[in-house]
Amino acid sequence: MSVATIAPRHWTKPPLIKRAWLRWLLGGGVLVYLALAFGTTEVNWARVWEGLPRGARFFAAFFPPDFVSRWSEISDGILESLWMTVVATAIGIAISVPVGIGAAKNIAPAPVYYVCRGFLAVSRSFQEIILAIFFVKLFGFGPFAGVVTLAFATIGFYGKLLAEDIEDMDPSQAEAVRATGAGWLQWINYGVQPQVMPRMIGLGLYRFDINFRESAVVGIVGAGGIGATLDTAFDRYEFASAAAILLIIIGIVMLVEYSSGYVRRWVQ
Amino acid sequence: MLRIRGLTKRYRTGDLALKGIDLDIPDGEVMALIGPSGAGKSTVIRCINRLVEPTAGTVRLNDTEITTLGNRELRRVRRRMGMIFQEYALVERLTVMENVLSGRLGYVGFWRSYMRKFPQTDIDDAFRLLARVGLDQMADKRADELSGGQRQRVGICRALIQDPDLLLVDEPTASLDPKTSRQIMRLIRELCSERKLSAIINIHDVLLAQMFAERVVGLRLGEIVYDGPPGGLTAEVLTKIYGEEDWSATIRKVDEDTDETAEPPDNVIALETRQPHRDRMAGLT
Repeated sequence: MSVATIAPRHWTKPPLIKRAWLRWLLGGGVLVYLALAFGTTEVNWARVWEGLPRGARFFAAFFPPDFVSRWSEISDGILESLWMTVVATAIGIAISVPVGIGAAKNIAPAPVYYVCRGFLAVSRSFQEIILAIFFVKLFGFGPFAGVVTLAFATIGFYGKLLAEDIEDMDPSQAEAVRATGAGWLQWINYGVQPQVMPRMIGLGLYRFDINFRESAVVGIVGAGGIGATLDTAFDRYEFASAAAILLIIIGIVMLVEYSSGYVRRWVQ
Repeated sequence: MLRIRGLTKRYRTGDLALKGIDLDIPDGEVMALIGPSGAGKSTVIRCINRLVEPTAGTVRLNDTEITTLGNRELRRVRRRMGMIFQEYALVERLTVMENVLSGRLGYVGFWRSYMRKFPQTDIDDAFRLLARVGLDQMADKRADELSGGQRQRVGICRALIQDPDLLLVDEPTASLDPKTSRQIMRLIRELCSERKLSAIINIHDVLLAQMFAERVVGLRLGEIVYDGPPGGLTAEVLTKIYGEEDWSATIRKVDEDTDETAEPPDNVIALETRQPHRDRMAGLT
């Protein structure tokens, strides 16, 4: 005993996975799978090499970007995209507020919670393109399908984050409002809303930004917006016009991003 | 008059927090509830306004039996009980004025409160109360811009604008420095006597309890083990409430403190008159 206390005591950091066999099995398994996966990936270097100058030519065809010859189509597409984005973001957020409140475990009763969580899970499980294909089949080509797609995707995104923000709120502030004899809506308005508002404004702008980018993508499967114009430009090999569209998309996204950052700082 | 009979609370975890408490608080009495952490002090006052649902027992405020009320009536009776919180529990992103006016939520309809269009009498009351605690210049500041003592004064205004019959006060000084703690306790005490309010004050600090309460109730493991005047808190009583400890320091300080009170208040006043008028109002008048 006395020897043990005099000798320096050995210490190592406890491993993340306690059971040694499981640790080795998992580690070894991952390594073997990675090795096999890389082994089966066929890279035809000759074709990569041939592709490079083609890519360069393709890229060169973008210059100079041509804003003029297809301007009326481009401006129609942009305006349609912006309109889709605004409408879809507004509808999506309006619906996701009640759903998000219902999906917050700390304020919603259990049945409401599970229904709302389920709805959010469904809404989040499909990528926008898949939703867009589905809604185009449902409502036909055009921006309406795009609006429904983006609004639906917004609900999943915004509702989930709202619910999580409500779950993270300071319960004592809400409790204090409840203790005054406030009604439920007053309690939400005074006790809960001020706590989540700044983050939700920021996320609303962020979602606007995402919806604008997505509006360019869903157009490719026929759901309207600038995506349709972009797709047409590529189909006609009008790369200069396509470049103009891409530049405008980049410009608008940067503008939204910059202003959302500014607004977020201001509301904090 | 608040009358509590057989108040029992068992939490879902199975912990029996209150074991059949009987307690009467006459109108205008300021009572301190002391006891170690986990004794059930917070549970007692939260069972009174049913932020926590009691498991058994009755709570009567004047003629209203609170434990059986439906939602609407519960809101009505909550208006008559102002609550002051540990860590202030102000809604930090609302302004001071909005926080104070939130004490009127039980009286106004949703749209009025949503549009922040409170009746003029409420706004007058709010300004009067803020002036009383020396914060009327701060009305449009956001609550998180204030210091701890200022926040607690806003919390007091929020409770008082409800025009309550009873104040439920949960550890009002837990996060304040000793001087501010005394000012806050003094303010609560004065406002209670101005408005003939009764109050239940949960408090950790035995000395403060003795200084500012007319009656002290000691709670241990969900049972009342002492109920009497502040002067009756002897070493044996404190041991019964908190467990074995050397209480001589606490008790001696009490004596010193009572000696002090004859003289030092002048000191304090002299100190504070040098500060701006409003500050003095807040702490002392």
